[in-house]
Amino acid sequence: MIKTIAKATLAVNEVLHIKKSRIQNGTGKQRICIVTGIHGDELEGQYLVWLLEHYLQEHIDQLDGTVDIYPALNPMGIDSITRGIPQFDLDMNRIFPGNPNGTMMEAISASIIEDLQGADICIDIHSSNIYLQELPQIRMSVPTMETLLPYGKLLNVDFIWVHESATVLESTLAHSLNSIGTKTLVVEMGVGMRITQAYGKQLFDGILNLMQALDMWHGEVPAVREPIVSLDGAVEFLNSDAAGIFVPAVSFGTMVQSGDHIGDILNTLDGSIAASIHANCDGLLFTLREYPVVYGGSLLGRILKQTDGKAANAV
Amino acid sequence: MKKEILYSLKSPYRDSLDVVGYRFGSGKKSVAIVGAIRGNEVQQMYICSQLIRIFRKLESENRLAENMELLVVPCVNYYSMNIGKRFWPMDNTDINRMFPGYDLGETTQRIADGLFQKLQGYAYGIQLTSFYQTGNFLPHVKMMETQLTEHNLMKWFGLQYGIIRTPRPYDTTTLNYNWQIWETNAFSLYSSETDRIDAQSCEVIVQAILRFLNYAELLTVHTAPGYQTELVEESNISQIRTGQGGIFQPCVQIGERVTNGQLLGKILHPFEGDVIAEIRADHTGILYFAYNQPLIHENTMCFKIIHS
Repeated sequence: MIKTIAKATLAVNEVLHIKKSRIQNGTGKQRICIVTGIHGDELEGQYLVWLLEHYLQEHIDQLDGTVDIYPALNPMGIDSITRGIPQFDLDMNRIFPGNPNGTMMEAISASIIEDLQGADICIDIHSSNIYLQELPQIRMSVPTMETLLPYGKLLNVDFIWVHESATVLESTLAHSLNSIGTKTLVVEMGVGMRITQAYGKQLFDGILNLMQALDMWHGEVPAVREPIVSLDGAVEFLNSDAAGIFVPAVSFGTMVQSGDHIGDILNTLDGSIAASIHANCDGLLFTLREYPVVYGGSLLGRILKQTDGKAANAV
Repeated sequence: MKKEILYSLKSPYRDSLDVVGYRFGSGKKSVAIVGAIRGNEVQQMYICSQLIRIFRKLESENRLAENMELLVVPCVNYYSMNIGKRFWPMDNTDINRMFPGYDLGETTQRIADGLFQKLQGYAYGIQLTSFYQTGNFLPHVKMMETQLTEHNLMKWFGLQYGIIRTPRPYDTTTLNYNWQIWETNAFSLYSSETDRIDAQSCEVIVQAILRFLNYAELLTVHTAPGYQTELVEESNISQIRTGQGGIFQPCVQIGERVTNGQLLGKILHPFEGDVIAEIRADHTGILYFAYNQPLIHENTMCFKIIHS
């Protein structure tokens, strides 16, 4: 069943609709919500929600509960390859919980929250951005760790990053929902403007696993991986100090050792190497620069530090 | 006057981004004035240029106070200004959402850090800023409400209104908020315009800043008399939204006194030309913001009224 959960009349002959698809069967009361497309340049979630919708419809008899899928919270952004809300240049993930009496997007945000509130679990799927590729991971803040971690471990991601909370993040969808008691997990995977089918399939398996644990899925569930769980201190950042074109020298998602050659920043005018980038610790290279043009400060990669022969497992 | 590069960033293909500051006087760090942090804040840069011209003259006439230093940064993000963008060219991030900055962080975090290092320690900080939505403001001054805020200082500008804003989470990464936290009395000054230069509202802001500096006994200059500034909490400001999308036709001008129920504007059907909605005042007061684009979506905030 397709339903419009929020809408607004645009200036010229068009209505903006935020839609969801409800897949429901049996008498089970559990409800999970899968949301994506809050940033218009993040498309990894599109393939995942298609996989899920398609599979559940074909195996509807094995579902006992409700799955609500919201493929595009920012439809105008997706349609125009715009990360934020077109025209306003606002990040939609900085205006929650919204305001029913507020501006167009504030009112839409409030309607989204109202519709998601009360779900047993909500999963908000992001794709990094166009600059970085990311291994499938879940991010949560320290205050939500105790509640969310058991569910995050079910989702078949490579690791879970527990970070310190920041005031500015209080305007996100996930924070707004968690603060009203709707458990919400944030997934980051892949890269902006692209679809990595393998990651979509990996998270799809994880969602079936979660649904099984919630006793709302009685079908097959493939074996899922045990994620590494890490705190902020276990992550090292590689930022560029030079400007130029970044060319990686390693494969993404591999283990690296301190001093390993990660890549070079090239000066295309004079043919020199502006900087050579090396790993600053042993560990898992879970983030790598995808977009080649870099300035001083551009993030080139992140390494999950390795200790005692294994990637850090700080929790 | 001393002109110096406060922060420099190399680009792969363009000249370095050199954030330039102009210092006047010497001694105690007294006032820092920051213009365009966004690429479309042309009016804000223009206001700074007029201030620099005036300060240079006052300095040559020995009309600056002893033991005081004044810093003006006319434009931070001219990279975006030169290509017609509001935010950072590479990743569309807003430098004014990156404070206090981080020297080992992403590019705009580094710019914010480099700038903020040079802006700390001043007694007063004045940021010429703009609203995310296009429209015209009645020139006014705004302060964030923190435990360190001295609201009455806003009266020194002699503008009609001083607005007190309770910070929301996304405000905590702005220059104004961080200045305040680092114990600089921080003010945001809003001119009528952003993308285009309006000499009249520029002069209003220039006079307001000179009035403030006179009051603070940092310089001596004759200024036109100002208003007895009324301090207003944001909760006493109505935000009027459209009930329909279509062609926007305002009927009032900023600065006008409007009465409860008065017609402020109309929405026309974009194809057929009929009036499909009327926008009316929900309070009596002074109109201090008006949307200024021909097309408007449903629920867009189009007028703000300061309640009488």
